[in-house]
Amino acid sequence: MSVSGVILIVLVFGGAGFFLSRARARAIEAHGAKMHSRPHYYGCWTCLLIVLPSLLFLFFWNIGVNIYAERQTLAHISYAAGGDIERSDSYAPLQRILGQKGIASTRQSENYMVQGGIELAAGIKNLRQAGAFAALLLSVIGFLAGFWGTKAKKRARNRVERVTLWGLIVASTFAILTTMGIVLSMLFQTISFFRSVPLSNFFLGTVWDPRFSVMALEGMLGRFGLIPLLAGTLYIAFVAMLFAVPIGLFAAVYMAEYATPRMRGIIKPLLEILAGIPTIVYGFFALVAVGPFLRDLSASITGGQGFIMAQSVLTAGLVMGIMLTPFVSSLSDDIITAVPRSLRDGSLGLGATQSETIKRVVLPAALPGIVAALLLTASRAIGETMIVVLAAGVAASLTLNPFEAMTTITVKIVNQLTGDLEFNSPQTLVAFALGMTLFVLTLFMNIFALYIVRKYQEHYE
Amino acid sequence: MDSKLKIKMRGLDVKVFYGGKGALHGITLDILENKVIALIGPSGCGKSTFLRCLNRMNDTIEGALVTGRILLDEEDIYDPSVDVVELRARVGMVFQKPNPFPKSIYENVAYGPRIHGLAKSRTELDEIVEQSLIKAGLFNEVKDRLHDVGTSLSGGQQQRLCIARAIAVSPEVILMDEPCSALDPIATAKIEELIDDLRRNYTIAIVTHSMQQAARVSQFTAMFHLGNLVEVGATDTIFTSPQEQRTQDYITGRFG
Repeated sequence: MSVSGVILIVLVFGGAGFFLSRARARAIEAHGAKMHSRPHYYGCWTCLLIVLPSLLFLFFWNIGVNIYAERQTLAHISYAAGGDIERSDSYAPLQRILGQKGIASTRQSENYMVQGGIELAAGIKNLRQAGAFAALLLSVIGFLAGFWGTKAKKRARNRVERVTLWGLIVASTFAILTTMGIVLSMLFQTISFFRSVPLSNFFLGTVWDPRFSVMALEGMLGRFGLIPLLAGTLYIAFVAMLFAVPIGLFAAVYMAEYATPRMRGIIKPLLEILAGIPTIVYGFFALVAVGPFLRDLSASITGGQGFIMAQSVLTAGLVMGIMLTPFVSSLSDDIITAVPRSLRDGSLGLGATQSETIKRVVLPAALPGIVAALLLTASRAIGETMIVVLAAGVAASLTLNPFEAMTTITVKIVNQLTGDLEFNSPQTLVAFALGMTLFVLTLFMNIFALYIVRKYQEHYE
Repeated sequence: MDSKLKIKMRGLDVKVFYGGKGALHGITLDILENKVIALIGPSGCGKSTFLRCLNRMNDTIEGALVTGRILLDEEDIYDPSVDVVELRARVGMVFQKPNPFPKSIYENVAYGPRIHGLAKSRTELDEIVEQSLIKAGLFNEVKDRLHDVGTSLSGGQQQRLCIARAIAVSPEVILMDEPCSALDPIATAKIEELIDDLRRNYTIAIVTHSMQQAARVSQFTAMFHLGNLVEVGATDTIFTSPQEQRTQDYITGRFG
């Protein structure tokens, strides 16, 4: 019996349990007893008793079986390494048969594996069958408990609600656990990177020259200086914010304070469409339109060689700024609109003009929220990948000239992780160290943003 | 009414429409200088709407339309030549819920004088702030913490701060829209005392839901009902021998 078949049976059984228990509860009620809960709660409770324990058991049982299988395989290998095994079947004919059926198999397998494999497959099959029957048995027990437990005094509603509560708790911790998993997986790779490259080489190095992994085998260690990448990342993010913040903020002020509902109804959705454009499309735009345009513009200014390169900090920053504008304006608009009307009335009632009211009352009141929104936007700018891959260039140079190409952490992660990979060379592992750096950087910015919001939030209500 | 008293503001056939729907149906009402006039009536009767016409705060509401004439010192405040900013400096307003700005106590009071350029120097501004706080009866309570945020004060103190803020621009008329409805009885008593003091220098129009408050603080009372002015007269007369049955019913608590 397959796992999906068992799941289906249990679910159908659960549905039946729901209707049966509800009918029983209604019957009891019809006899004049005062039920503690409404009939459908009894149905739900029986359904939960049938489905939950059985499916949870099935889930953990199958995980257990997989772990067991892995252990058994390892045991076989170590047994084989002892050299004292009976080779009843050999690998080569099996490989041939598999090949005829179009199944590729690795060449380096040994004959003893076949024997182990057969035993293992049989063992696992038995275990799976046992698990499936146990799960079905559990659901039957659940049904009996739920159905016979449907009595007037049973607090079915409270129980169902407690299960719901636990379901919600599990859902809310799921994202947190996943984040922790991501961090941990990066952490181990990062640690193994720093085993081969000293911390100072990475964090204080000013030259990025990781070489190819082939060279690493020859004992040549590349240079993994973070500083040019970090500088490029921050510089491009800064240029992007330089474009996005004023435009976004002014748009937000216009939408929140001046625009008629009609105008606002047109402009706001249009701006939010910008936020929905995939960043790779922005990358195209930068690569084929903005970059060449800036290069030609600078060329026509000087009348010869242009001083702006097609791939430059300016190009990437400008296009990223366009991408970030809707974030800034949409977040700020919500924050400005949330400033209570009474504050505006108070200011207008004193004879302040609308612009004075905005400058001196509304914006100061909204400032903590706006700062937090800007920090969130900045962390997006730092983590942005596709635009910089296409528009910023790959040269890890350290320059202050915005017209030249620089590169970012994200671009280098892409570079190091594409192509043929060897997960034991520092050339690949450095991507994880870079990712970790990026993660920590944006994490602190987000925490700082939250801190600002919490600290200044209660100034108006 | 007594002809010796000067008319400070006068509404002539004031009608207000919110999005085409009538909220006030032609109000004609005089507001006398250095007197307190209480506007009473059940909820939704238009008294706050009328109050908000007096310094054109209805302008800030989308879809509001005001017709008729409102005179301030015999000048129509809805005349196109009138600067609404200047008008609101002359006719100040205190709102139902205390709404101090998220700034320091000092900055709250200095806000109006700053935007109107009333003080030429820092010391002059300090003087205005101090005088306004004294007049609002708040100075002694906050003089040691002028630079704390205004929102850290209690509700009653916040409301007096808002009154100080309104006084700081030296208005001629102060409009109060249920200034005590969010306050406890002790804070209410303080504000009522304050209103009585302020009468010497200012003309005050106050919207209130409390009959006792109207009787305690006002010299004149105007009774509104369903967007119409039912009756206006000296507070004593209105409360002892009203001309209209509706007024009688309202002040004795039979409706509203």
